Amino acid sequence: MDALLQFLFSGLTVGAVYALVALGFTLIYNASDVVNFAQGEFVMLGGMITVFAYQAGVPLLLAATLAILITAALGVALNKLAIEPARGAPVVSLIIITIGASILIRGATQLIFDKQLHRFPAFSGDDPIRVMGATILPQSLWVLGGALAVFAVLWVFFSRTLTGKAVLATANNRVAAQLVGINTGWIMTLSFGLSAAIGAFAGVLVTPITLVSYDVGVTLALKGFAAAMLGGMGTPKGALVGGLLLGCLEALTAGYLSSQYKEAVAFIVILGTLFVMPQGLFGAKTTERV
Amino acid sequence: MSLLDVNGLGISFGGLKAVDDVSFAVKPGEIVSVIGPNGAGKTTLFNMISGIYLPGRGSVSLIGTDVTGTAPNRLAEMGLSRTFQNLQIFQEMTVLDNVLAGYHLSERGSVLADLLSLPGMRRRASQARAGAMKLLNRVRLDEKADEIAGNLSYGALKRLEIARALALDPKILLLDEPAAGCNAVETEEIDHLIAELAAQGIAILLVEHDMKLVMRISNHIVVLDHGQKIAEGDPATVSRDPAVIAAYLGTEYKEPAHVDG
Amino acid sequence: MAGRRKWISLAVLSALIVLLPLVFPSGYYYRVGALVFVNALSVVGLVILIGYAGQISLGHAGFAGIGAYACALAPEHLGLHPLLALVLGAAISAAMAALIGRPILRLKGYYLAVATLGFGILVSMVLTNERALTGGPDGMVVSDPGLRSLLRDMGWRVSGGEFWYGASGFVLLVGAWLALNLYDSPTGRAMRALHGSEVAAATVGIDVPRQKLRAFVISAVYASVAGSLLALQNGYITPDVAGFMHSVEMVTMAVLGGVGSVLGATFGAAILTLLPQVLTVFAEYEQLVLGLVMVLVMIFMPQGLLPSIAQRLKGRNK
Repeated sequence: MDALLQFLFSGLTVGAVYALVALGFTLIYNASDVVNFAQGEFVMLGGMITVFAYQAGVPLLLAATLAILITAALGVALNKLAIEPARGAPVVSLIIITIGASILIRGATQLIFDKQLHRFPAFSGDDPIRVMGATILPQSLWVLGGALAVFAVLWVFFSRTLTGKAVLATANNRVAAQLVGINTGWIMTLSFGLSAAIGAFAGVLVTPITLVSYDVGVTLALKGFAAAMLGGMGTPKGALVGGLLLGCLEALTAGYLSSQYKEAVAFIVILGTLFVMPQGLFGAKTTERV
Repeated sequence: MSLLDVNGLGISFGGLKAVDDVSFAVKPGEIVSVIGPNGAGKTTLFNMISGIYLPGRGSVSLIGTDVTGTAPNRLAEMGLSRTFQNLQIFQEMTVLDNVLAGYHLSERGSVLADLLSLPGMRRRASQARAGAMKLLNRVRLDEKADEIAGNLSYGALKRLEIARALALDPKILLLDEPAAGCNAVETEEIDHLIAELAAQGIAILLVEHDMKLVMRISNHIVVLDHGQKIAEGDPATVSRDPAVIAAYLGTEYKEPAHVDG
Repeated sequence: MAGRRKWISLAVLSALIVLLPLVFPSGYYYRVGALVFVNALSVVGLVILIGYAGQISLGHAGFAGIGAYACALAPEHLGLHPLLALVLGAAISAAMAALIGRPILRLKGYYLAVATLGFGILVSMVLTNERALTGGPDGMVVSDPGLRSLLRDMGWRVSGGEFWYGASGFVLLVGAWLALNLYDSPTGRAMRALHGSEVAAATVGIDVPRQKLRAFVISAVYASVAGSLLALQNGYITPDVAGFMHSVEMVTMAVLGGVGSVLGATFGAAILTLLPQVLTVFAEYEQLVLGLVMVLVMIFMPQGLLPSIAQRLKGRNK
């Protein structure tokens, strides 16, 4: 029982990060029908920039803010420089563009910073908190709380603000949204900026636990993508549930079966989901019109 | 015996009955038209008959065999062929390749023969090629055989789709608005072509908005409104049916020959 | 017309393979050339899958991994000759592709991408984790197939580089010939048709799932044979051959050169294989440049390099 709780704690922590990455995928996918494989690099940048700003003497909070802002700006630049010029390109070209962008960002990061593993101190120390026989790091609570806060804020944004509704309208039908006067180009820019900021925020939260180096983005992107697919591409609810579910599955597999194959089980579950429910858990069913 | 029997066919999309309890039959050599206002369910009916949508209710029989819910490619093997209202052309293939795709059932063989370009494959392919060129000639596209289909005009693509559908050597041909977007000359060509095909013994099921064309060539007309069959009969009967005039053609309607589109 | 295109493509390819050694400054370039040919071979397979049938795979390195490790493991454990091991690997890849292809290929676009990606990762995970068998992440030695000594016995002395250059070039030519045959055949037409419109393809009698599966299986065999050749010519293999990045590289090569054409595939393979060789002096910049090339080519030449260049030349002549 204690062990199960322990596994769930670690699963939820990792899962919260997956959920944030999946949310980034979802926002960009909704605005532009693009799956942005550079999403993991946003997380990496959030961690790396904070680390180096902090080492340079910038206070942690300021360093984190700086990291989120710079990453958001890079997200916007990615949209303006690489995605918008390729409008209407086939899926496979868009996949190559965003994977290319992710390799580019990795290459640049490794040149500007370095190839080492880094961390900065946890926000509330490293003393584990005891809960019903299991322990949880204070930083895990930060990760979970931060992720839930992001989802809550986003929920309010989508349901209560005009801009949020414009984003939803664009996701639903781009042309119709344009016709009613929504500036869909701006919605795309906003979505890329927001996704990058959310990714960087996740990076800031999780770096004290998992550490960061220039190449952590690939795995995160794959897991986040898988989580988004599991939940159903395009729904924030799916991103949250998919991310947490994937994190817990991995943790339970690592705990009870084999730590080597924890990622394998995750992918098997995802393949299974796609076979049975090709639209994911919460994805909308679409009918093809002829 | 009828070639095609549609019996009580129906389908709903999210509670809306797009097609409801529609029945009719098509005999060899007969031209049957399905007419009705936009949104009456004509294309949906076609999609159910050709196996693209799974009907919610009722049945479709082809030459006496129940084929309800049979996959389109199986129906093609049984002699059913169709065109589309919104063109479904293989845009990046050449005009000739589009029609050759229509010969798939007669030219296909083992994948090994295709990979190794064995003589058997080449013989089947060149037979198909000869047939395809004849069909292209028939729709006046033989000179454009090597062009990429996507570069053709709308009217030409409409004819290309008919040529591709004919490549299957069908027993029954479903034409979904073959004259839409065509000028008067092209419409007349299509008119002649349909009549010729019927004379060959092919059963034709037609959806068309051009009333002149429909009234001129149909043996039998089925009228749909809001997914339901409201009338059927020969052109003269249907054009005088008060329900048809009220629901579809409007009260100001007088002579079928003067009504367009 | 299509027939003429086939022979021109094959002639250009053979000429390149035969004539390139004349300008090689050193024996090392035979090695590089052989690597280009092996990569091109798997990319020609992807041309069939992506270019003809319009399906995506981000997991084809998995099949390359199966082919490579078949050549590493079967001679040692089953006593098979390495060339038979290559055939065994191809058969396993084909069977695997047929098995997973059926459910996977119902998916479209990004969903297909993630499913194939999942498959590739599973293969690379098994190769990495089964240390007892595969040596884990460090990889394992592949025994020499002994073909060179066979040639030597026949009185024909060639270096390892020269031998693998010739052998890979030959296999690439055969692979290109098969793919070009397929293009202008009933099966190839059916694949290209479903690429254009699945609904229309089905209504002309094409069994869409079956044709997709064929493209998937054929491309898997190409990747597997390429993986085997890679293992044999390097004499050493690591799980990287099955990794996600290798899958990405393969797709990039295919799209970079122009995914519709066999020559384009070879061109894309050559560029992406040579890029790191050129950049070894600036190893630190390798990723930066690779990423930049991928993004820029896709934005400015969405058709791929070769078709775009051809189009531009045509435009100038007019």
